[in-house]
Amino acid sequence: MAKRDRLSGNEAVAIALRQINPDVFPAFPITPSTEIPQYFASFVANGQVDTEFIPVESEHSSMSAAIGASAAGARSLTATSSCGLAYMWEELYIAASNRLPLALALVNRALSGPININCDHSDSMGARDSGWIQMYAENNQEAYDNMVQAYRISEHKDVRLPIMICQDGFITSHAVENIELLEDEEVKKFVGEYSPENYLLNPECPMAVGPYSITDYYMEAKRNQAEGMKHVSQVVLDVAKEYAGISGRAYGLFEEYRMEDAERAVVMIGSAAGTTKDAIDRLREKGEKVGLIKIRLYRPFPASEIAEALKNVKAVAIMDRAEGYTNHGGPLGADVMSALYRARGNALAVNYIYGLGGRDVRVEDMEGVFEALKQIIEEGGAGEAYRYLGLRE
Amino acid sequence: MSNLTEIRWHGRGGQGAKTAALLLADVAFQTGKYVQGFPEYGPERMGAPITAYNRISDTVIRAHSNIYDPEYVVVVDESLLEAVDVTAGLKKEGAILINTARSKEEIIPHLKGYEGKVYIIDAHKVSMATMGKYFPNTPLLAAIVKVTGLMDEETFLREMRASFSHKFASKPEVIDGNMAALEMALKEVR
Repeated sequence: MAKRDRLSGNEAVAIALRQINPDVFPAFPITPSTEIPQYFASFVANGQVDTEFIPVESEHSSMSAAIGASAAGARSLTATSSCGLAYMWEELYIAASNRLPLALALVNRALSGPININCDHSDSMGARDSGWIQMYAENNQEAYDNMVQAYRISEHKDVRLPIMICQDGFITSHAVENIELLEDEEVKKFVGEYSPENYLLNPECPMAVGPYSITDYYMEAKRNQAEGMKHVSQVVLDVAKEYAGISGRAYGLFEEYRMEDAERAVVMIGSAAGTTKDAIDRLREKGEKVGLIKIRLYRPFPASEIAEALKNVKAVAIMDRAEGYTNHGGPLGADVMSALYRARGNALAVNYIYGLGGRDVRVEDMEGVFEALKQIIEEGGAGEAYRYLGLRE
Repeated sequence: MSNLTEIRWHGRGGQGAKTAALLLADVAFQTGKYVQGFPEYGPERMGAPITAYNRISDTVIRAHSNIYDPEYVVVVDESLLEAVDVTAGLKKEGAILINTARSKEEIIPHLKGYEGKVYIIDAHKVSMATMGKYFPNTPLLAAIVKVTGLMDEETFLREMRASFSHKFASKPEVIDGNMAALEMALKEVR
């Protein structure tokens, strides 16, 4: 039986974690993710979970402790934002290269500077090539659902990679909205017990984790990591299918909204997708053929699937909530354009940088993006393909 | 979308504008609505102007932007009338609710020609009389429920008692004071 509630995104993720009851949760607080360990600490104090909660002195240590616990054979995780993720940089690669299926509840926040506490994706986008699986959410419901599905993906024997469950700082983390929660027992049953094949605290089979790798082997190790990544998409789809069975909510690698006959499309990640859906409904009422692709799984990147979804589109705007400083756009723009190129796609493409440091995105802003796409089609060319949305001139 | 009600709260850090918005979302949720309650953070410090928002609707809410053309505005601290453009975008079919000890006649000249309805409540008086301390958000919550007509008073008071019983489970002695503040505020708003 689903339970209707109203929760902030942070509370929703904390409740998912209570239901999962992981073995080890080391944490160091940083806005706007602080509430996740804060709520979780109260679950520990109230005896609602038997997780080993370790308050540490930095994010470098919280990720290190999560890695140590995972290597030992425990189901572990931590939570962070922004500079906290930056301070974990070295360990992110350690976790992925050691094939440790730990989780990170990331609440997206701009990186300094200028110092800013609000949402953009610069923190997780910087970590996109670290070998972690990355999943994003539009709202509190998706953040909760992704968290419940996380370990089923990361711990899958064909995957064995760490997973980052991302949501937009403040916009979803601190907004109270309606949500449907699963029963504790349903989540427990769905997630299951973690029984790693190889782990440090196994006296029957001593092993080394993270030893030095000479040039002879380093490249093969990295290629093996990529092999794990190759299986992620299928596992994500299989887990989502099973999850739909208990929750009634269907998930894919990305969501297609009113794309069936769309001539103009937006590709984006995160909370502004909801705002974009409102813009699409308004324009559809006027007969305009517009749609949205909202990325759920960003790493690995579902390139061929996205190119397929865009194959009948005349013009597409790819929205990046992070700068790439390439002088031609952001990371999502590069990924989608490369996917289109490989698939010999014909869509005219523009890449917008938007929402940096929490810059608000309104329904009217997104209507403006669709209007710009209309112009691009009329003119038969994208013109300046690297644009900013909502910038004060 | 026609059934959507949008409310903007203006307060100063520490006065509970965010809490009031979350409480309103809470009580509206209890009556079966789709809700959003969220703060907009600037510099986080006591006394700095902060904004909080509510969307309340009979259908699913998807927009994740701030609110620019609200039906209602609540001003938790009247000193903000000079510091912030509180009526910006406020619909004239809507209303503004201001926490003040002054009269409407004294307040209206500070509203930049706003043509809609103006309501006032002395949340300080209500709060001191019922709780003995200054918590403006409790009286303002009742006042905005009355102004918007989002739910009838009886339902509101019943749901708030349930909510306070849960929230103040460890200090039940404050429940009666809060309930008295809500009841008095429903009568005092004008």
